[in-house]
Amino acid sequence: MGNSSNKPGISGWLNARLPLTKVWKEHMAEYYAPKNFNFFYFFGSLAILVLVNQILTGIWLTMHYKADAAQAFGVIEYIMRDVPWGWLIRYLHTTGASAFFIVIYFHMFRGLMYGSYKNPREIVWVLGMVLYLALMAEAFMGYVLPWGNMSYWGAKVITQLFGVIPVIGDTLLEWIRGDYLISDATLNRFFALHVVLIPLIILVLVFLHIVALHAVGSNNPDGVDIKKVKDENGVPKDGIPFHPYYTVKDMFGVGVFLLIFLFIVFVKPDLGGLFLEHDNFVPANPMVTPEHIKPVWYFTPFYAMLKAVPDPLGGMIIMFAAIIMLFFLPWLDRSEVKSIRYRLLPFKLALSAFVLSFLILGWLGMQSGSTIQGYMTVVCTVIYFSYFVFLFFYSKNEKHKPIPERVTH
Amino acid sequence: MTDKVNESRRNLLIATSAVGAIGAGFAAVPFLKSWLPSERAKSAGGPVEANFSKLEMGQKLDVSWRGQPIFLVKRDKAQLATLPGLDERLKDPGSEKSIQPDWATNIHRSLNAELLVMVGICTHLGCSPKFYPEIVPQVFDSEWKGGFYCPCHNSKFDIAGRVFSGSPAGTNLVIPPYAFVDENSLIIGVESIEGGA
Repeated sequence: MGNSSNKPGISGWLNARLPLTKVWKEHMAEYYAPKNFNFFYFFGSLAILVLVNQILTGIWLTMHYKADAAQAFGVIEYIMRDVPWGWLIRYLHTTGASAFFIVIYFHMFRGLMYGSYKNPREIVWVLGMVLYLALMAEAFMGYVLPWGNMSYWGAKVITQLFGVIPVIGDTLLEWIRGDYLISDATLNRFFALHVVLIPLIILVLVFLHIVALHAVGSNNPDGVDIKKVKDENGVPKDGIPFHPYYTVKDMFGVGVFLLIFLFIVFVKPDLGGLFLEHDNFVPANPMVTPEHIKPVWYFTPFYAMLKAVPDPLGGMIIMFAAIIMLFFLPWLDRSEVKSIRYRLLPFKLALSAFVLSFLILGWLGMQSGSTIQGYMTVVCTVIYFSYFVFLFFYSKNEKHKPIPERVTH
Repeated sequence: MTDKVNESRRNLLIATSAVGAIGAGFAAVPFLKSWLPSERAKSAGGPVEANFSKLEMGQKLDVSWRGQPIFLVKRDKAQLATLPGLDERLKDPGSEKSIQPDWATNIHRSLNAELLVMVGICTHLGCSPKFYPEIVPQVFDSEWKGGFYCPCHNSKFDIAGRVFSGSPAGTNLVIPPYAFVDENSLIIGVESIEGGA
């Protein structure tokens, strides 16, 4: 076994039985990360911070919450008004949900810009995408729990998507809902999934995501492999130990993040209806539909695509395809260059159009849908999908600027 | 250790694993099936009886079935007479793409021409359409012939629940299965009355 097992003392005894020092060295003190990380590299650690926030505040919320269709709406008001500090714990949880998606969208955008999804990080990317799906399921089911009218109708519209599947649709719908309508049975199972099953899946996936990342090493804004140039000790010349260098950098990121995050929590927790929707401040009512059904902002790009197709089954296929396409990015992008810094204008324009179409779709998904907005949705959906097609053909023989041997700064 | 694989032991291993996998498959059944509607949910979602003896011509009665509003509407001759002339303005005049029992795939979309029994949930996004029975011009339609209008996203339906072109809803309003008990009441949720029950 390793050298630590032969050492005397409590540390030696412990490490012979549990390789704490070995793990610490491999993943922190002697994990060499490229020295040129920038702003976009804050978001991995921030995602972990938000995850911890969600788990902690989530556990505390379950201490007061009741997963019962007759009590759920009232118990949220009880938490907000009567439970000591209940308002803070709930607002940390609701704001944390939106913060999670903001952080994850930055994190994914970083991957798109610097080619972090490419060889040898395909598995890191695919695990990240599965995490994104799990996060969406987690957020959707969490949104149903307050049992407001938007919770109810959102759950109805989203579960209805599975009902349009030919042949098995109706049975599948009853199976998901546990009833012929969204009811107490649905609320109860969503609660179980939201607080137990999906968080467990997310934790396992985060673990695998980091293990896979540390096996191949982190990418960087230059997209060059720092393991190619090593010193006499086998340490990458452009690498610095994650601890203390990046732990300190990430602490700074945490500070700035918390400043913004807590400002929203304390001053504007509903963010004008964006983080907490006004229609959800009335109890669920199967007989009365909210004026305008829409999901929370982080789902609206996909919701817009769903509405872009008149046929419900077609809409559902487009919506899921929009997410599934991202899984295949590592194989759609065939270029040898990773970072946007060494790619030429066509790629930069394509990525900009892709991001812009996603943002506009996000806005369109919140609107009631006029005729012009309908056309815009179709155009943006086409642009969104064109990115993948363009990338596949363009990257085959893509010209690029000379790639440096070492990181530049 | 030799390189040689003991074939009979390997086959035994494969056979055991296969049986184990089948067993695991069976073990999954109770977990999956426990998600289906419970007996309580099934009985609560059972058929409901509705008495419409007090329903006057041109009026609407709401009944709740499986958490959805069911509209019962008594249509007069003038309202029924509007139906044949609307084909050109409708998305699915023959109700071929819409959901209804086979016996309601007719122009008035009902068992009895006079009485409409319909799920009052818009086929677009599930709002409940409002009832505008009068054959008079409306703000949302200058040639209104009476029917249903959904205020959420402006879907329009005629007096038989057939959707007008230009509405976001893609199909006609749903007709639930129902059967008459006698001339003043019916049961919603069954296709036929068995043994006079």
